Amino acid sequence: MLVNKVEQDVILLAHGDGGRLTHELVTGLFLRYLGNRVLGELTDAAALPVGEGRMAVTTDSFVIDPPFFPGGDIGKLAVCGTINDLAVSGAEPHYLTVAFLIEEGFSLADLERVVASMAETCREAGIQVVAGDTKVVGRGHLDKIFINTTGVGVIAPGTDLGYHRLAPGDLILVNGNMGDHGMAVLAAREGFGFADQVVSDCAALNRITGHLLAELGPGVRLMRDLTRGGLATAAKEIAVTAGVDIWLSESAIPVGPVVRGAAEMLGVDPLYLANEGKFLTVIAPEKADQALALLRDHELGREARIIGEVRSGEGNVYLKTALGGTKYLDLLAGAPLPRIC
Amino acid sequence: MHILDRFRDAETGRALLGRVFVLAERAREKLGRPPVFMEVCGTHTVAISRAGLRSLLDGKLELRSGPGCPVCVTDYGDIDTMVAFGRLPGVTVGTFGDMVRVPGSTTSLEEEKARGADVRVFYSPADAVQWAEANPGRQMVFLGVGFETTAPAIALSVAQAQAQGVKNYSVFSANKVVPPALHALLADPELRLDGFILPGHVSAIIGRRAYDFIADQYGLPSVISGFETLDILDALYHLLQQVLAGEARVVNGYTRVVREEGNPRAQALLKQFFDPTDVSWRGFGVIPDSGLQWKPEYRAFDAAARFAPEVAEPRIPQGCRCGDLLKGKLTPRECKLFATACTPTHPVGPCMVSSEGACAAFYQYERRGAVGARE
Repeated sequence: MLVNKVEQDVILLAHGDGGRLTHELVTGLFLRYLGNRVLGELTDAAALPVGEGRMAVTTDSFVIDPPFFPGGDIGKLAVCGTINDLAVSGAEPHYLTVAFLIEEGFSLADLERVVASMAETCREAGIQVVAGDTKVVGRGHLDKIFINTTGVGVIAPGTDLGYHRLAPGDLILVNGNMGDHGMAVLAAREGFGFADQVVSDCAALNRITGHLLAELGPGVRLMRDLTRGGLATAAKEIAVTAGVDIWLSESAIPVGPVVRGAAEMLGVDPLYLANEGKFLTVIAPEKADQALALLRDHELGREARIIGEVRSGEGNVYLKTALGGTKYLDLLAGAPLPRIC
Repeated sequence: MHILDRFRDAETGRALLGRVFVLAERAREKLGRPPVFMEVCGTHTVAISRAGLRSLLDGKLELRSGPGCPVCVTDYGDIDTMVAFGRLPGVTVGTFGDMVRVPGSTTSLEEEKARGADVRVFYSPADAVQWAEANPGRQMVFLGVGFETTAPAIALSVAQAQAQGVKNYSVFSANKVVPPALHALLADPELRLDGFILPGHVSAIIGRRAYDFIADQYGLPSVISGFETLDILDALYHLLQQVLAGEARVVNGYTRVVREEGNPRAQALLKQFFDPTDVSWRGFGVIPDSGLQWKPEYRAFDAAARFAPEVAEPRIPQGCRCGDLLKGKLTPRECKLFATACTPTHPVGPCMVSSEGACAAFYQYERRGAVGARE
């Protein structure tokens, strides 16, 4: 039909942003060749039967530019990111493997800062690094430093989280302000004047999720960390996969004043900005108030809010605006681009 | 309270919305159909979508998007030229982010970048000059795409390059001005509009007075509006009042930013650096005196003159109705390609790419149906 539809025969940056193109790559290529029952679940961590309980395994690579940013660095991020994938899968994380890919010429002092930061994060989270690998490539073959981490954890018997447990009436909670990490990194990378006022929320979530699971048990239906693509993309994925509608209330969604102002100025939507210490949890309605109190009682959940609910439907995410209007949220499509005027 | 919150206060908004509903109903009785207004500026389109206003106004009054998205109105030939710069050896293309994914006849800057072209996104043309100064071995070609709001900053970047002796910096000017496009719209016999919401930022430069022709020559009401929810509701209220009274005036509803005579300093910059020229707008064809070309004395910084890249006759995709959309003749949902062949990942036209584009705004915020990860 189209004379000149642009054929994408090469990898674009947008294939890695966690949005629509990433999904096309995952489903259209990786799953096509490598798919199996476990991988096909497309959850944050794979749950593998081992003896009585289940083992959770996940892997992630970190390529952030700049490697040091307000609130964290690539080392802390690499530990937290993998811990959080385990944590929101209902697992208690135990072990980590770490692979470093380092560009020739990278400062040894900076590498030590990264490793020391990883060690501190591991200690706080109660997790050990048990295997590692180092590769160095020639100058210009990668950007400074990339880190891959693989995490192993244990899902306690009886823990059952997943899309199949969502029911109309369930409430949706987040543990704090949206978009801090995405805006902090954007500001640090571009050298914006307000860069020192936005701090990444990078943090290990296993304590707060473990606490919630221990107290509420089956009252917790599902947890998701809100990384690339932000709250909006995660909500849309949940709605589509679970075959429900999600209704969010714009005025209930917490966004810090600096992130809000900066997002306004740059023309990006905080609901699509990445977080590294935030998760969404779906809670049985009768347990929601208790869940909110538990979250707020924890240092990583002081700004927790109930932001919406699950309704029967067919995969839409509705955002009720302050004025009473409705808009729809979808997956992030392409990395957010700064606008012209 | 955050300063912006005052312009988003839900209670005030709901009260104002109620008054808009009442007037819209009376206007519908008077006209025999719901009133139709055009928001000229893409930033308004996005603000209306993001505030969820369209769903609230549905059936009561109709809002059409206009030609005020600089990326969207950029002609195919110009986009092909921009891509061609990226293919020249030794050339780095500097651009605002919106332009990167816009498809030309066969490819986009994003694709060319993946294939090896050096394409860099800048927030300000001044940063591109700095980059050029730090990289004297490369030619920096900055893509000047914007209206009266953006063109002065682009002019200043050339002044900066000239003052600092940065010889490897040049600009491809696809800059445009808004009033001639409004003339072209208003002269279209197929147009059926009851008024304009006029762009806030552009008006800050050109001033309220620059729009008097809308009322004087064409007898249509218009309101200059800011971008907050209350600004837009207030603009609708004033438009409806004029429709009901049978009046035609240019109301300045954005007095905290827009003055009667605009910003004389920015206007002087435009006059100093650019000459008006006839350029082609997507959907409109050539509009007289609507483009900004470099004055002869700045020709040394004109990328088109410096490199004169060869560009084939553009091939325009069949079925793309960005052009009609920009003239207010349809909404994105009425285009057959919308959300089927044309999506933000595989955009056919620029209105699906730009963060100011109506199709992108509708796709992101106003699209029903379960389409997502597992489609």
